[in-house]
Amino acid sequence: MPKLAKQTLKKAGTSPAETIPPQPSYRRPWWSALAAAVLTLVLGGSVLGVQLESTGITTTVRLMGMDTWGWLLAAALAVFLHQLVRPQIEEWRARTRKPSRFSVPDVMSGQKRQLWIMLAIGALLIFPFLSNRSAVDLATLTLIYIMLGLGLNVVVGLAGLLDLGYVGFYAVGAYTYALLNSYLGFSFWEALPIAGLMTALFGYLLGFPVLRLRGDYLAIVTLGFGEIIRILLNNWTELTGGPNGIARIPKPTLFNLEFSRRADEGNIAFHEFFGIDYDPALKVIYLYLLALILVLITLFVIYRLLRMPIGRAWEALREDDIACRSLGMNPTGIKLSAFTIGASFAGFAGAFFAARQGFISPESFTFIESAIILAIVVLGGMGSQLGVILAAIAMTLLPELAREFNEYRMLLFGLMMVLMMVWRPQGLVPLKRPQMELDRG
Amino acid sequence: MADTHDNQVRDKQVRDRQGLDKAAPATSSHRQARAAGGAPLLDVRDLTMQFGGLKAVDGVTLQVHPGEVVSVIGPNGAGKTTVFNCISGFYQPTGGEVYFQNRAMHRLPGYRIAQAGMVRTFQNVRLFKEMTVIENLLVAQHMHAERNLLKGLFKTPGYRRSEKALMQHAGDWLERVGLLEFANREAGNLAYGQQRRLEIARCMVARPRLLMLDEPAAGLNPNETRDLDDLIVSLTRDEGISVLLIEHDMSLVMGISDHIYVVNQGQPLADGSPEDIRRNDAVIKAYLGEE
Repeated sequence: MPKLAKQTLKKAGTSPAETIPPQPSYRRPWWSALAAAVLTLVLGGSVLGVQLESTGITTTVRLMGMDTWGWLLAAALAVFLHQLVRPQIEEWRARTRKPSRFSVPDVMSGQKRQLWIMLAIGALLIFPFLSNRSAVDLATLTLIYIMLGLGLNVVVGLAGLLDLGYVGFYAVGAYTYALLNSYLGFSFWEALPIAGLMTALFGYLLGFPVLRLRGDYLAIVTLGFGEIIRILLNNWTELTGGPNGIARIPKPTLFNLEFSRRADEGNIAFHEFFGIDYDPALKVIYLYLLALILVLITLFVIYRLLRMPIGRAWEALREDDIACRSLGMNPTGIKLSAFTIGASFAGFAGAFFAARQGFISPESFTFIESAIILAIVVLGGMGSQLGVILAAIAMTLLPELAREFNEYRMLLFGLMMVLMMVWRPQGLVPLKRPQMELDRG
Repeated sequence: MADTHDNQVRDKQVRDRQGLDKAAPATSSHRQARAAGGAPLLDVRDLTMQFGGLKAVDGVTLQVHPGEVVSVIGPNGAGKTTVFNCISGFYQPTGGEVYFQNRAMHRLPGYRIAQAGMVRTFQNVRLFKEMTVIENLLVAQHMHAERNLLKGLFKTPGYRRSEKALMQHAGDWLERVGLLEFANREAGNLAYGQQRRLEIARCMVARPRLLMLDEPAAGLNPNETRDLDDLIVSLTRDEGISVLLIEHDMSLVMGISDHIYVVNQGQPLADGSPEDIRRNDAVIKAYLGEE
């Protein structure tokens, strides 16, 4: 007995540095490093080192110049060296790791927080008047992605339903407006609520049979749905114009005032009404402000939903659906509501997208769009709204800033994903649990 | 509405403090109720559950009367949890009938049964681990919440009142199980015994008529088991609910049960008061084996 006590004492007395479990040691760092370097060379060489050229009907493979291969060799060497010292690096990182790094200050509460939000909205309202046209255009695109990200965040981040076909709903929204306009002459404002309802209906119809599935199976079916929508739009030529798409979709108006040089019959142009010179920038600014308003409404609605019984039920369902059932919650109904509400935001975004572009075709709604929106949600930190906003900004701005790397966009995209998963797997701004005040007398 | 509820809770707390907590279980009156043939709260008749060629439950019959604590015991693998799963709708029983307050339950999905007033716990704790303690209790009141989306979006007075009542109710129960100070802690970070207590509180805020506990004492130390014992007794006494219990801890079962059903290899072996069961030869044989 005393012996045992002594041992425990001794154990308790050891310093924490000694009790750090040994890092996984690679028995043959040389071999794994060599394998990684060869893999780099093979993959990099096949993507960057050779070029396919078609001469007549034959395709020949041409090797790239020496400098390209030099870079590839350098990259392979870098990978080799990195793999060789990786255990040491990991050990060093584990030792120097601080408990928490970048995080959004959560002291912002109450009035201070409201003040910041007001300031941010104010800045966003002033921004287009101080900036140039292309920047405003890009900001509008970013706002569309924010809206899509927020919508998908409800489905994936909160309700935990992996949806790979979200772009299908985006397409439904866009085509609803485009078709209603070209066949029945609906204006943007008349079509916007219909687009939202239409997508909600599609979400409901898809969700009804599908939400019995979970995890991977659900992902596959939604992936299929997205593709079905795109292929349907592509092939139903009589209605949708097929791959030619639908052109001449009118821009939104402001109380029937148009932002074009010459208004359509029955309408008045904005500049004529106010007696100012025609300025094409006004149209861009108006679209930006419209997108901003839509995003703010989306933010508000989702913010409220999260704090309502339905939002709590979504999160509970993501964590444990069996416990939910035992507490009298209908899992299918709750999932369906998440799916339907999430889809309707894509519908609004889609209708706005159609109005902004003036032209849509099935090509705008490929799987890569779904992937980008999903990446926004994952990068942002599942479930967190601020995270989604930051991630959407990053995902749209980075490709623009890195224009000269356009060819390697997907490579950069992949690199970013890998780095995120290594350094910040919980996302940019992980979801924080709301702290509630309990007033006890 | 919220006020009357508050008063009720306060009365209850006063009664608790006035030392009513050590009243002996009113076993004899329950026995009389049973003998007098009052309508049972839960009536399970000839329940059968077959998985392929295996009959996991075969002809189990049991009744729970209002205000009773009824236990189901049996050796490991006897089919106790299967009985629970059938009653609570997580399995569709292949035979037999389940009536709760004279309504047929045996074809309904699990969530409808919970809505009818039968709420259960699980053998392994199933809290919403990443949500806070108070959120767990708010989620559990989902079926009593104001779920109209528009009312919630615009925060109508009715919605605010409803949310406030939910918070109040959750706070009361947290106080009752001694977890008030952890209200904003993530449920997964609580100690095991606290998680067990929270799970019972989560069931109780759903306002059931019958609470079904599947091995609530598993993994608890003797002190915690005694607390649990007190809690269950106080639930039946103060809340007027009935409890259906699966448990291995014999001292707990014998101490608080009004009626015990013994199941062995899926079949009913015996039933009766704790004393009857303690003296029953067949039960002793099933537990200890033939001599």
